[in-house]
Amino acid sequence: MTDQPKKKHAVGRRDFLKKAVAGGVAATTTAVSPSPAEAQQPAPAPTAAPAAAAPTAAYEFLNLEEQAFVEALVDHMIPADDLTPKGTDIGIHIYIDRALSGAWGKGDRLYMQGPWSVGQPSQGYQLPLTPAQLYRAGIAATNAHCLTTYRKTFDKLDPAQREEVLIGLSSGKLSLGALPSRTFFTTVYQTVMEGMFADPIYGGNRNKAGWKLIGFPGALAVNRENVEKFRDKPFPSNPIGIADMS
Amino acid sequence: MATRLKEVDVVIVGLGWTGGILAKELSEAGLKVVAIERGDMRTTAKDYSVPNVRDELRYVVRHDLMMNTARDTITVRNSPSQLALPMRRLGSFLPGDVVGGSGVHWSGHTWRWTDMELRVRSMYEERYGKKFIPADMTIQDWGITYEELEPYYDRFERTAAISGKAGNIRGEIQPGGNPFEAPRARDYPLPPLTPILASEMFTAAARDAGYHPFPRPSANASRAYTNPDGSKFGACQYCGYCQRFGCEANAKGSPHMTVIPIAMANPNFELRTHAWVTRVNKDSSGKKVTGVTYTNVLNGEEFEQPAGVVLLCAYVTNNVHLMLTSGIGKPYDPVSQTGVIGRNYCYQTGATATLFFEGRHFNPFMNAGGSNASMDDFNTNWAFDRAPHGFVGGYVVGAGFNTVLPIGYRPVPAGTPQWGKAWKAATAKWYQTAMQISASGSVMANRYNYLDLDPTYKNAFGLPMMRMTFDYKENEHVMGKHSADFINKTARAMNPTHLTEATARTDPWTVVPYQSTHNTGGAVMGTRPRDSALNKYLQSWDCHNLFVVGANAFPHNSAYNPTGPVGALAYWTADAIKRYVKKPGSLV
Repeated sequence: MTDQPKKKHAVGRRDFLKKAVAGGVAATTTAVSPSPAEAQQPAPAPTAAPAAAAPTAAYEFLNLEEQAFVEALVDHMIPADDLTPKGTDIGIHIYIDRALSGAWGKGDRLYMQGPWSVGQPSQGYQLPLTPAQLYRAGIAATNAHCLTTYRKTFDKLDPAQREEVLIGLSSGKLSLGALPSRTFFTTVYQTVMEGMFADPIYGGNRNKAGWKLIGFPGALAVNRENVEKFRDKPFPSNPIGIADMS
Repeated sequence: MATRLKEVDVVIVGLGWTGGILAKELSEAGLKVVAIERGDMRTTAKDYSVPNVRDELRYVVRHDLMMNTARDTITVRNSPSQLALPMRRLGSFLPGDVVGGSGVHWSGHTWRWTDMELRVRSMYEERYGKKFIPADMTIQDWGITYEELEPYYDRFERTAAISGKAGNIRGEIQPGGNPFEAPRARDYPLPPLTPILASEMFTAAARDAGYHPFPRPSANASRAYTNPDGSKFGACQYCGYCQRFGCEANAKGSPHMTVIPIAMANPNFELRTHAWVTRVNKDSSGKKVTGVTYTNVLNGEEFEQPAGVVLLCAYVTNNVHLMLTSGIGKPYDPVSQTGVIGRNYCYQTGATATLFFEGRHFNPFMNAGGSNASMDDFNTNWAFDRAPHGFVGGYVVGAGFNTVLPIGYRPVPAGTPQWGKAWKAATAKWYQTAMQISASGSVMANRYNYLDLDPTYKNAFGLPMMRMTFDYKENEHVMGKHSADFINKTARAMNPTHLTEATARTDPWTVVPYQSTHNTGGAVMGTRPRDSALNKYLQSWDCHNLFVVGANAFPHNSAYNPTGPVGALAYWTADAIKRYVKKPGSLV
């Protein structure tokens, strides 16, 4: 493990720029700001603070029923074991809430004009719903199914029942009425994986649990020498996120 | 009412690789040039710097550098009998939307397309006879030869800092390079990148089987470099954040750090960002264009920019769209097979196998576009006899990694659950131990693959969207099977612990997931107005002061990435326009 830099936070933006950037870094600065790197430094917040403070993070978008659903879902899909903490301890539920309350959830970069038609699978997403609307409708429809089938909402099901519901959604065999269940599940699954593996600045992947699981080194990657040095050898991974270098 | 601006010599629509090259060349030639770009200005120092550029969610998943489909998109269908529906978000391909265009977020693979592409119909007919080419395969010669383009390929390779190993210098085969490439006057400006383990293992296996692997030529500077224009490159850091990202090291040849800043320093050049061209204007005769009309997207104000010469340098699909909405040239009709605008739209195909080697460490986060290996034995190798296999075209096989980040890349053997403890254990175990072998295959033009205007859907400017009708045909299916069989045979010989085999695709083309931003055709070059929109100088047959520069000019698509000929043709066209302005009229 001695090959990794010891002072992680010292290997920041400025050292990297000195090492790698050929262009003129100061070319676009205004008169008052010392350099782009300095100007973008946040207020003197300790770099580890956002991740450490997150367990009590509050919801912006999901209502109480949806919060219970999402927490149960991410803890079922990402259970605690020797490899990682459970989904809510990684912050995946918070990631999902923020994604849905933000621009992506509200349909940013999504063409939302009609007329609407189901179309062929090859034509991609054709629902008149933003991701946030799809999530909301999908949770309601899944809970309605769970109440009919098990007389409980998804969050109250036992693990075997939860598994049955998720298999049903992922295979498309569980009908959600007007809503295509696989489309809902594809969106849910994608956001769970984003919450596990996106940079921790987005609220998930807390303490880089997802990156540590696979040995992904994160945002810092100056591998010019490492290609030879670690050829067919394990790369000592203590991942660095964007906040660690900001 | 649009405000009419002062006339300039040249107006350029879109400022990526082609617009950037033409902006630099023509402003240096003394012409007054204005470039109109819908995106914003981004620079390495302020936008592509560590740490914020190292963000998979923002750049790969949320498409920060890409075209915004909420504002403008295309409609898609697989055949003329289907109802086309909007591509409501990006997926299969990713046109760029900033100054520098897709030249910012490409990964740099740069090839020289040879006469096997440029003279495709002649070469196949001469060797195999006319009947070998199916009746609905509308391939044609491009009207230009490799020999004519060679100096321009060379020029682009030097501008963009291509690292690679020559395979054929003036007819002499060079050890370690691609022996099937056409003769080049000299080697690449930079040596190849250091190969990663996956490339080395594939190279060894391909060589053992009697094939000819070589380092993939790519615009990732293998060491610090200053190009002939004085643009400075840092050395590639193998950071693994290459395609979809701007390069913080300025190691990836991109227009925003080469040709564009040089043009911007020239008083003859002016860039207008946030400006969306809605129309190319014509004079009353219809034989000349007079300039463009655009909207300032910051406040909605409309302007008319008159110009002596108009250059369409936007993405393939946007160039064709502007021609269709502006009524330039006759739209293609697949039933009567008349008209040319929208004709010969092509895409690419491919197949991939994943090989798992217990105990190996591939470190898939260390890579660059050029850290990979390729082989061309089934592509630019005319000695490979297509007759027994029954297909036109070919495929490149390669291995290595090219920006595989963890939201999108976590290979596990077949049969692994999608979630839960077993999924986690498998993900942890196999992430570092997997490599892939992939093929990229050509797509030959077909009568029923084309672009036209959609009758229903409109973009944010009230213009009809472009409609894309595309699917793979028998030729691609046959070739796809050949490529999958080859990949699987090679992979098995490498003796992996597990193998997820490559499968030849048989299902229709889909708008998800991502496949390749290598769309081509729709306003193609050629020898006669009957079946091409442009002559060999990318000059419109209909309006001689309009040039349409980019992969829209390719009459079919090869297995190779398109940027090599796109860059070469931009330099070639720049020289042609310098002649044109002295003596306006048709250049052929």
